Amino acid sequence: MERTESKVKSPEKMAKVKRILLGGRGSYGVLGNIFIYMLLIGIGFVYLYPLLYILVNSMKDLEDLLNPMVKWIPTHIYFSNYEKAFKVLNYVPTLTQTLYVVLLSTIAQVISSSLIGYGFARYNFKGKNFFFILMIVTFLIPQQTLMIPRFLMFQKLGLLNSVLSFFVPATFGQGLNQALFILIFYQLFRMIPKSLEEAAKIDGANDFTVFARISLPLATPAFVISFVLSMVWYWNETYLSSLYFGNAIKTLPMQLQSFVDSYRLLFPSGAVVTDRLNESVRMAGTLLTIAPLLIIYFIVERWLRESIDSVGITGE
Amino acid sequence: MKKFKNSTLKQIYGYLFISPWLLGFIFLTAYPMLYSLYLSFNKVKITADSGIITEFIKFDNYKYAFFTDVSFVQSLVNFLIQLLLSVPVIIVFALVIALLLNSKIKMKNFFRTIFFLPVIITSSSVINELTQQGATQLPGLSDILNISALTATWPVYIAQPVNYIFNNLITILWFSGIQILVFLAGLQKINVSMYEAAKIDGATSWEIFWKITLPAIQPLIIVNVVYTVVLLSAFPMNPVSPIIRDNMFNISTGFGYASALSWVYLIFLLGFVGIYALFTVRRGRD
Repeated sequence: MERTESKVKSPEKMAKVKRILLGGRGSYGVLGNIFIYMLLIGIGFVYLYPLLYILVNSMKDLEDLLNPMVKWIPTHIYFSNYEKAFKVLNYVPTLTQTLYVVLLSTIAQVISSSLIGYGFARYNFKGKNFFFILMIVTFLIPQQTLMIPRFLMFQKLGLLNSVLSFFVPATFGQGLNQALFILIFYQLFRMIPKSLEEAAKIDGANDFTVFARISLPLATPAFVISFVLSMVWYWNETYLSSLYFGNAIKTLPMQLQSFVDSYRLLFPSGAVVTDRLNESVRMAGTLLTIAPLLIIYFIVERWLRESIDSVGITGE
Repeated sequence: MKKFKNSTLKQIYGYLFISPWLLGFIFLTAYPMLYSLYLSFNKVKITADSGIITEFIKFDNYKYAFFTDVSFVQSLVNFLIQLLLSVPVIIVFALVIALLLNSKIKMKNFFRTIFFLPVIITSSSVINELTQQGATQLPGLSDILNISALTATWPVYIAQPVNYIFNNLITILWFSGIQILVFLAGLQKINVSMYEAAKIDGATSWEIFWKITLPAIQPLIIVNVVYTVVLLSAFPMNPVSPIIRDNMFNISTGFGYASALSWVYLIFLLGFVGIYALFTVRRGRD
């Protein structure tokens, strides 16, 4: 029966079915598309899994936490974990300090990167290529090698325990991953046609006015990328900050690191069972630490994406 | 005469623009590097009034690192294994995701937002919390595939890497956000007419990938490998980072020893990247 039916089908029809399922010119076909979406959704889930885990577990009370039946949906929404984590992280003062450190360093880093990137992109001077290669090579030097002598230097100069230990390197082009930002600006400034600047110069503008009035406004995408990435990296940095800041400045991720100890200080080994430290409180603390970043990301996300599409993120 | 003046002026302006970097490089990178190299050959004592006393001890710090201090060499080996396992996985995953995102799909922006999310929130303390809670291991995965049981009968040198990758899958994937974007930018630049020409000549998608796509993004693979190595080497949770920092404030070893370790680490990283670059260049020539 089947045989006769397939014989009856004209070859064109077969080809059409095949094209729809497996794809032909310019399309992947139904099967191909299903495969692509399955992969994307699967990998997307793997990416989001830890976030979902944080979110769900931070809202469990002790009962839900101990109940093996309750895995993904808490029986009721419970916010006390957040209240506790809020206190343990000393949230508002810590957040203010974090923003202060991060924004100052970021602004310094972005401004200096734009100047340096412009210099490399727009001028020819002796040793330019040498310096440029040197700048890229510095990207490979691990922080671990630089932090020891810098720590001693900063100690001598009195820059330790203050935001200056981040601010000064950022101002002088040696901040966190700064070679990357200089490259982004370099790339963008090279794309701006020279004729624009020459026209302005004929009108009597000097080089700095040209930079500030003509080139900078065109560099918005580079500013967006650098600002977001620089901010995120300074925010998430704990290795250098705990070395340079000591106990003088505590950023949110640093505070999260000492979460267990801070909790014990605030709730000395709880007479009340519900006051003992549990996973839910720690997850609430983790979420509170990343929440400001998430909010900022979702606000600037579209802007960031468009900027990345127009400049790219690495050379060439 | 006027032209000469102009070009000198241009040079001066060029130097002016890069002067922050130039100063920073000399005082915050070059000098510290030399200083730390010097310290690595010394026993360093910090006195209360922030005075630094150094005592020249030749190669003793390095000898101690390699022959006496077991933990350092061991952690360096562990880090090397970590690099050898994580870097290819990160690169392959980033490439696969970039290829998927570059195909004609709906909700492209939604997926891009998700894949970039880890770049925004990954800090060592957050990862630390997550690993402690077991949130970086997929529960479903271990239900379907009991990896450790599966690999129990395998030779150790195969079983260990497989276990490592599966146990750290999420953290490994979380390190590929920037690399995806780099690949994606490269893929978008490939001329569409090349693909069309190949298709007219009867090439399959598979052939197109190996013959057109991959060679076109070859340079970006090098960029991404370098970036990944830098990213992993800077991460505070890698096996070497804590050792270097702990030794800074260890009374018996101190800044001199920590400097020596950091130089070994630097040379190790440059060696890793260098060997990799050498291999790719040679393969490219063949």
